[in-house]
Amino acid sequence: MTTILDPTDERKPVERQITERTGNLTGVIGLLDISKPRGNILLDELERLISKKAPDLTVQRYTKPTFAKPCPDTLRHEIRDNCDLVIEALAD
Amino acid sequence: MSNGQPKFSLNDLAGNPHDFPTDKASLICFVKEDCETCNTAAPVLEALHKTYGSKVNVLLISQSGDANNAFAQRHHLSMPVLDDQSCKTAFEWGIESVPSVFWIDEKGAITSQFEGFIRVDWETLAADMKTQTALPLAQIDWASLPKWRPGCGSKHLDPEVYDKLRAEADGSPIRARRIDIASSDDVMEFMFDQGFSDGLPLVPPTPERVMRMLGGTHRDPQDVVATVPPNMGVATVEKIAINAVMAGCKPEYLPVVIAAVEAVCTDEFNIHGVTATTMGAAPVMVINGPIREKIGMNMKLGALGAGNRANATIGRALRLVVRNVGGASAGGVERSTLGNPMKFTMCFAEWEERSPWPALHVERGFKPEDSVVTVFAMTGGPVHIVDQKSREPDQIAGSLGYGLEGVFLPQMRSLPVDALLVVCPEHIDTMMREGDYSKDRLRRRIQEVTKQPLSEAHVDNTLGTGTATQSNGDTPTVSKFASTDYIHIVVAGSEAGKFSSAFHGWVTGAAGSVSVSKKIDLG
Repeated sequence: MTTILDPTDERKPVERQITERTGNLTGVIGLLDISKPRGNILLDELERLISKKAPDLTVQRYTKPTFAKPCPDTLRHEIRDNCDLVIEALAD
Repeated sequence: MSNGQPKFSLNDLAGNPHDFPTDKASLICFVKEDCETCNTAAPVLEALHKTYGSKVNVLLISQSGDANNAFAQRHHLSMPVLDDQSCKTAFEWGIESVPSVFWIDEKGAITSQFEGFIRVDWETLAADMKTQTALPLAQIDWASLPKWRPGCGSKHLDPEVYDKLRAEADGSPIRARRIDIASSDDVMEFMFDQGFSDGLPLVPPTPERVMRMLGGTHRDPQDVVATVPPNMGVATVEKIAINAVMAGCKPEYLPVVIAAVEAVCTDEFNIHGVTATTMGAAPVMVINGPIREKIGMNMKLGALGAGNRANATIGRALRLVVRNVGGASAGGVERSTLGNPMKFTMCFAEWEERSPWPALHVERGFKPEDSVVTVFAMTGGPVHIVDQKSREPDQIAGSLGYGLEGVFLPQMRSLPVDALLVVCPEHIDTMMREGDYSKDRLRRRIQEVTKQPLSEAHVDNTLGTGTATQSNGDTPTVSKFASTDYIHIVVAGSEAGKFSSAFHGWVTGAAGSVSVSKKIDLG
């Protein structure tokens, strides 16, 4: 038998549960632009479709300072506090 | 010498266990079969056992595994010969050579202790045993025995055995989870299956190898060097050492790997973004200072290529730490559209002695005698810049500028993006033939030759990316780089060949990555 030492951080990632689906689109939806080129175009179109097809949803727009770094904690917390749903746009 | 030697329970040649301590006095002798001096002592030990064995335990602890039997038969030994093939007992008792004799009273206190064969020591022992047991003196022909013969080194002090025992002992600095791989499993395949590998075979990080690797740094194995994105895994010195073993590093490379991990895990360098970007960036490491020679790094012929263990494995170890401790694997957070081979490894040293300029680390504020690692986030390279004909300094400097036009796309101008230029010795010589040609002059020359009217880079039918047309119709001229600050220059390569090379950057600056230098802690 060979023994080796674990090269990883020895932490299994937490299994995240998908939020329960209600079947309704209500509340506040955040649209997060990660600052990639043309992300705004995609989100503009999404916002147009949402206001047409889900008029009960309130849309709030957010923008990450840069797509190249993780979302700052303050922005993440703001989205968590204000929104029921969020769509993050990856575009180019 | 201490009262209360460590306990043991060892099997004799028939598989029967013998424990220490007992309530009787004990004569314990460590031996190994291929030791001349142990073979000299064996008949004496047998005589002592025959004479005093009724009142004291006489135990031999032998380190020779299967050969223990041959040793016992050769000398017709009647006392228990205990198997200490793993040398664990020898390690715990702290002996240095064999034969190593312990004469211990019934309370466990050492009465006498000696090593090797100094005849008078053994004669004194025999006399002492006679007194203790009140039995007749053992019949031993002392005159036929050598007066003095040194012992052999105990097997447990062989580096292979010793490091394993240290790793397993109580108080071992090893804290990482131990993974036992069944003998029916292939260790190499197991490591691939676990996702530990970058795609190439790994050296199994056994506890003994990791112990040896940890010997390369003065730092405590549990020191936290960095938290590694994306999972923010904690990179202790030990975890870095494990990955350095897997990469194939020697212990003396470990301080370089530690400094590199520290450098890439800064907010400035942003290894998360460097790893995640679809553009396919990778850290490029440049090593400066005395460590280059000390660990045999390549800065000359083929410096940017394969063949040098330090260059290859230090760069690889950094990548494995990001993969295994940080949790960045291809298809997970690692999202490169195409990837690039620098994601395996890219590390080289600057040939400071061949450079007419201040070395990279000195430019960045360190002392020449400091050993320093500098990391750049690069998406492409090395891209060769070929000029075998220019004979004038400005011509060569100009060619180096033209060679950088391809960063991202030739039509992209005034780029706020790093480039790392590696100038070869022959190009240096041409540049210097009329006297000093400073790095700054070379940077200015690069900006000068790459200056073009902005109209060359306008978006039109043939070019969908570039610089938008000026609404007022002006066509200013712009250089390749937004500033000379983005042009980094080092010297490396063989004496022969007019081929310099360049690495092309990623998103440079606070929104992406800024190059970082860290001093290597050599203790």
